[in-house]
Amino acid sequence: TSAQRNRSNAQGKPRNPTLKNEDLKEMLESNKESLKLEAMKRIVGLIAKGKNASELFPAVVKNVASKNIELKKLVYVYLVRYAEEQQDLALLSISTFQRALKDPNQLIRASALRVLSSIRVPIIVPIMMLAIKEAATDLSPYVRKTAAHAIQKLYSLDPDQKEHLIEVIEKLLKDKSTLVAGSVVMAFEEVCPDRIDLIHKNYRKLCNLLVDVEEWGQVVIIHMLTRYARTQFVSPWREEGGIERTIYSFYDSEEERKVEQTRPYIMDPDHRLLLRNTKPLLQSRNTAVVMAVSQLYWHLAPKHELSIITKSLVRLLRSHREVQYVVLQNIATMSIQRKGMFEPFMKSFYVRSTDATHIKTLKLEILTNLANEANISTILREFQTYVKSQDKAFAAATIQAIGRCATNISEVTDTCLNGLVLLLSNRDETVVAESVVVIKKLLQTQPSQHSDIIKHMAKLFDNITVPMARASILWLMGEYCEHVPKIAPDVLRKMAKTFTNEEDIVKLQIVNLAAKLYLTNSKQTKLLTQYILNLGKYDQNYDIRDRTRFIRQLIVPNEKSGALSKYARRILMAPKPAPVLQSAFKDRDRFQLGTLSHTLNSQASGYLELSDWPAVAPDQSVRNVEVVEPVRLPCIFILFYFLKIMLKIESESEENSDDSNKSSSSQSEKSSSESDSEKKKKTLKNKKLQQQKPDSKDRLLLIIMTKYILIHIVLSISTQFFVNCMCSLLHLCVFLACQFDAVSWHVHVSLQASSPVFVPETSHELLHRMTGKGLSAQYRFTRQPCIYGNSMVSLQLTLSNSSDQALENIHISEKSSTGQNIHRFNAIERLEPQASVTVSMGVDFNDSTQAANFQLCTKEDEFSVSIQPAVGELLLPITMSEADFTKEQGKLMGMNESSATITMKPENVSSQSVNRKVVSVANIGVIPSSQENIYRFAGKTVSSGSLVLVSVALKDPDAVITINTEKTVIGSMLLRQFKTALTNSGP
Amino acid sequence: MIHSLFLVNASGDIFLEKHWKSVVSRSVCDYFFEALERATEPENVPPVIPTPHHYLINVLRHRIYFVAVIQSEVPPLFVIEFLHRVVDTFQDYFGVCTEAAIKDNVVVVYELLEEMLDNGFPLATESNILKELIKPPTILRTVVNTITGSTNVGEQLPTGQLSVVPWRRTGVKYTNNEAYFDVIEEIDAIIDKSGSTITAEIQGVIDACVKLTGMPDLTLSFMNPRLLDDVSFHPCVRFKRWEAERILSFIPPDGNFRLLSYHVSSQNLVAIPVYVKHNISFREGSSQGRFELTLGPKQTMGKAVESVLVSSQLPRGVLNANLNPSQGTYTFDPVTKLLSWDVGKINPQKLPSLKGSMSLQAGASKPDENPTINIQFKIQQLAISGLKVNRLDMYGEKYKPFKGIKYMTKAGKFQVRT
Repeated sequence: TSAQRNRSNAQGKPRNPTLKNEDLKEMLESNKESLKLEAMKRIVGLIAKGKNASELFPAVVKNVASKNIELKKLVYVYLVRYAEEQQDLALLSISTFQRALKDPNQLIRASALRVLSSIRVPIIVPIMMLAIKEAATDLSPYVRKTAAHAIQKLYSLDPDQKEHLIEVIEKLLKDKSTLVAGSVVMAFEEVCPDRIDLIHKNYRKLCNLLVDVEEWGQVVIIHMLTRYARTQFVSPWREEGGIERTIYSFYDSEEERKVEQTRPYIMDPDHRLLLRNTKPLLQSRNTAVVMAVSQLYWHLAPKHELSIITKSLVRLLRSHREVQYVVLQNIATMSIQRKGMFEPFMKSFYVRSTDATHIKTLKLEILTNLANEANISTILREFQTYVKSQDKAFAAATIQAIGRCATNISEVTDTCLNGLVLLLSNRDETVVAESVVVIKKLLQTQPSQHSDIIKHMAKLFDNITVPMARASILWLMGEYCEHVPKIAPDVLRKMAKTFTNEEDIVKLQIVNLAAKLYLTNSKQTKLLTQYILNLGKYDQNYDIRDRTRFIRQLIVPNEKSGALSKYARRILMAPKPAPVLQSAFKDRDRFQLGTLSHTLNSQASGYLELSDWPAVAPDQSVRNVEVVEPVRLPCIFILFYFLKIMLKIESESEENSDDSNKSSSSQSEKSSSESDSEKKKKTLKNKKLQQQKPDSKDRLLLIIMTKYILIHIVLSISTQFFVNCMCSLLHLCVFLACQFDAVSWHVHVSLQASSPVFVPETSHELLHRMTGKGLSAQYRFTRQPCIYGNSMVSLQLTLSNSSDQALENIHISEKSSTGQNIHRFNAIERLEPQASVTVSMGVDFNDSTQAANFQLCTKEDEFSVSIQPAVGELLLPITMSEADFTKEQGKLMGMNESSATITMKPENVSSQSVNRKVVSVANIGVIPSSQENIYRFAGKTVSSGSLVLVSVALKDPDAVITINTEKTVIGSMLLRQFKTALTNSGP
Repeated sequence: MIHSLFLVNASGDIFLEKHWKSVVSRSVCDYFFEALERATEPENVPPVIPTPHHYLINVLRHRIYFVAVIQSEVPPLFVIEFLHRVVDTFQDYFGVCTEAAIKDNVVVVYELLEEMLDNGFPLATESNILKELIKPPTILRTVVNTITGSTNVGEQLPTGQLSVVPWRRTGVKYTNNEAYFDVIEEIDAIIDKSGSTITAEIQGVIDACVKLTGMPDLTLSFMNPRLLDDVSFHPCVRFKRWEAERILSFIPPDGNFRLLSYHVSSQNLVAIPVYVKHNISFREGSSQGRFELTLGPKQTMGKAVESVLVSSQLPRGVLNANLNPSQGTYTFDPVTKLLSWDVGKINPQKLPSLKGSMSLQAGASKPDENPTINIQFKIQQLAISGLKVNRLDMYGEKYKPFKGIKYMTKAGKFQVRT
């Protein structure tokens, strides 16, 4: 039919297509922008209708570099649609995109990458790869998001690129932007879903970002994390038994079993983190998100926590028809296993006459699943209304449902059976047929008591025309012919007359009935049987011919039949097990809920199996992310030392190394991934050689070597430390690039946040064990950007129990007495005596040193505590170039500047000690300085992000400290602290 | 994810196609047409249809089927939700989402679809962001564009895309600052033959129209927030604050949006504002049936019940109906057997009624089931659950906005079985 439709569409077109295309071509080639745009709009119209516009390709592709942005976008649309067909011509446009990839406007960079990666031309794979790699490190998260999408496109174009693409995915997974998270996880799922190891380090971050990710990303991340959790955590269902079948092998000793059961289950905190962070998403307006969280809870949560998803799922039933369909299917699967979840909401599944048929049947399915002794009467009353429905298919389904209720709940079997018998006199054929079939199944469970029902059915037989129903009645007659000895032969007599006109399934049952009667009552039926067997012998259908031949050999004794006919009665009249009426949704949860495969009940391509819980949890520490520790401090200084050398060399060779430096810095970035200690040694040697003759012409090489060393030192110091240092290193490299290419870069670089230079180990007392009745708490500032909120200061709290009893439910009270926004740590359920635990929390101090007061609670007590931040902790370090520093400083003069002159202690004068003193007072970053005795530092306030610039100028023996910031209060407080720090001796 | 999209109209023609990956031949829709032919009603087409190489997921809105082609495993709700979002966007842009509107604006439609999905994965679905990228067509803008040669396409990345509040753009300016909130509640109910309630529940939404300058931060509190049993929020609402204090705190999107939808806890008894007295009967052997229907108000808290519309699907055996309404007009479609009666406002002194006879097919037997009656109505200035907004406050901006709150109760799926 659609072929006809297409043809009629084509005929409906008024003008000759080629002629029309001619004038479009002319318009495209004109000089007027408006004409071109008009032509492109018409072409897009053609594409939308599915008409072929590929012959215009040469004329269109010329406009790819147009200044008019709408025209350009329409050309992109065209290009993506036809590039695959016109590969050679498409290549002409590539250079335009390559140029656009360098555009300062992020929207243009992103859309260039989108189109470039959408052109499915295999020749440009290397170009795409390069573009993706570059975009993955772009400063705009929007461009990085586009890069994540491009990964999948390239992968589908050329699967051989997998290894390289995984590298990019790995890099992007570390991205902290919520914009990127969803897209990169999507790429992960598509390219390398089995590389679970890439997720470990990002697991906590993903959990914490989840709420802020856009809704589509949330769905993808939640599904991925569900899979991840099933491989990493142990089952929380163990103790309940219930659904999770805990199978003990036969020879397990009793004691072993006890041990197994008494060991309390403790949920991995990461497992808990996932459950906790997804829970608020049940309130999302996006139905896909709600469903995703629901399936996550279904597959991961302890069974007693499942009930929270019920309300949300029921809420989704108010949504569009299609949403209802999918949600009802999932509820159907859930309700088989856990009736209790949905029973209170039973009335939400009552059918309305306006529901679509598939919705009705699903609701019926769920109502049947929910039926139990208590509510069956209500449900049956409701079913009575449905049986009368005008929608006959639905009425038939209801009858089946009644049958299922009758078998599942023995109290109502008789009631149901009587009700069904009444339906046999219904006028509608389908209703009667369905009733017969269901009655047949029910009777099989207890035949002896119901011979009058069988008689009743025999009476109705003449009026029933539906083959399935007729066949069912005949089978019943044969099976229970001993209960109705008078009627059965008579029915056989009638059937012998109409045999030739019956449907095949009815014929088979006639043969069946005849055989059974022959065995039980051969006196009356011998001739009839032979007649029917003769009719069957010459039937057109070979099944019937076969069956007839088989039956004849079996029941009619002759010399050839042998031993078998002796057992004919036992074969044919064997007691048969009653059929089990069960839901079509039983065992559907072999598929992950909420997936396409679950909806279809068959495995869709690309379906990723949900693994079983591991028996023993894999190493939990793989998910730990290290923080910078003060022990590592010296290496930072080594870094700066090398940096200084580098700068010196570079400033010497500045004139002739403009371009080459850029390339060298990018080269060094690339090489950073190959951590190799041997190489390091080698380069060290090289370096020494180079240093011995610094006048060598090839200074460039020296620069590269220095960078190599920098990188490898970082790598060799600590791999845990690697991530943080990589950040700072990247900043250095970027900074170096700035030195020579300041124009294009410094704008972006100016406010890059960096990792803290120094993290003090001193912790402050929050609660003394005497006042805390055994509970003591200490806090320290981690100086890391807070994961709970951008404007929060992150804190680490160490709680220890010095009493002799376990403390339970340690948490921060909901009501905070002051105005600060506090991100509480998750309640600690139990703290054993002498144990201690470290948790992290975030406080938004709002850029003031006002103390944050809150209540630390245990199960019994409440303690008022307060955290008074030092002014230096309200900052976060940033990096910028020296040029930017002076520029920003220039903007913050007058009121915003505070300065003081101090007399330095001689032991403090060295550059190292100045740096150390300053960074220990405040969490700010060191800005490389080209002047010997001026030290610069930069940071921003955590809440408002205002710049704080600090410079210390040494003029022996005095020093001038200058602080420039909008936040004058913070400025003057900082100044006071620096003064004391720099004038005091000591470490 | 989403490979291609086909739009199919009521008569079964594909009138638009869009591909995000390589082109899928439109012949894949044949499987959809097969399902369409098999379905007795347009709504009965299954939303998910498997084909040998693809999966088709469709939604039906405004008599248009939006058929998405999927190639591999994806949560079906993800696609369904997205397709509905597409329809909402079209409606937002063109006022209506009809075949004619889509065909007239095919270029904008294409530009929108291009922005909404990248490689089949949603890129920008937030209406505020889209409107900055592609400006909605208005007559004035079309004229201006043809004269000046400017375009509907934005050149900068919308600020919302990168910010933590993607739903609001920066630099919003209004001369009259106003914020309106409509509390709309719907009653879903099934009433049985004898007039007793089988099931009844109240679902509500708060729709907002906010036109405020700058970055206002609003809080909305209720007199009786405990009524709200289950809620879902626009992403702008701060969930923590709601959890802790039962206060809605949010930076609103610009323009129209749905702030909240809620379900009133089932412990509360639902007031049913109308009752129906009916007598519909068919006699065995006779070709006539009696039809009597009377509506009356109850539990309306003194408010008038307006815009009442009664509809019923009569049994197939009914040939025609000869009825006499005491007010309003009625129609009966002999083909679809759909009876609808536009009652208007219920006057408690003179109750509206519809009486008369139905003629049945000669010789046909008495229908098994009496028809179900669907009722629609509206009650202004009343939230039937009793929900009341306590205060609306604005922080972060200095001007004083004009605020307004309106209540309304409507019938949702309100059915009376006879």
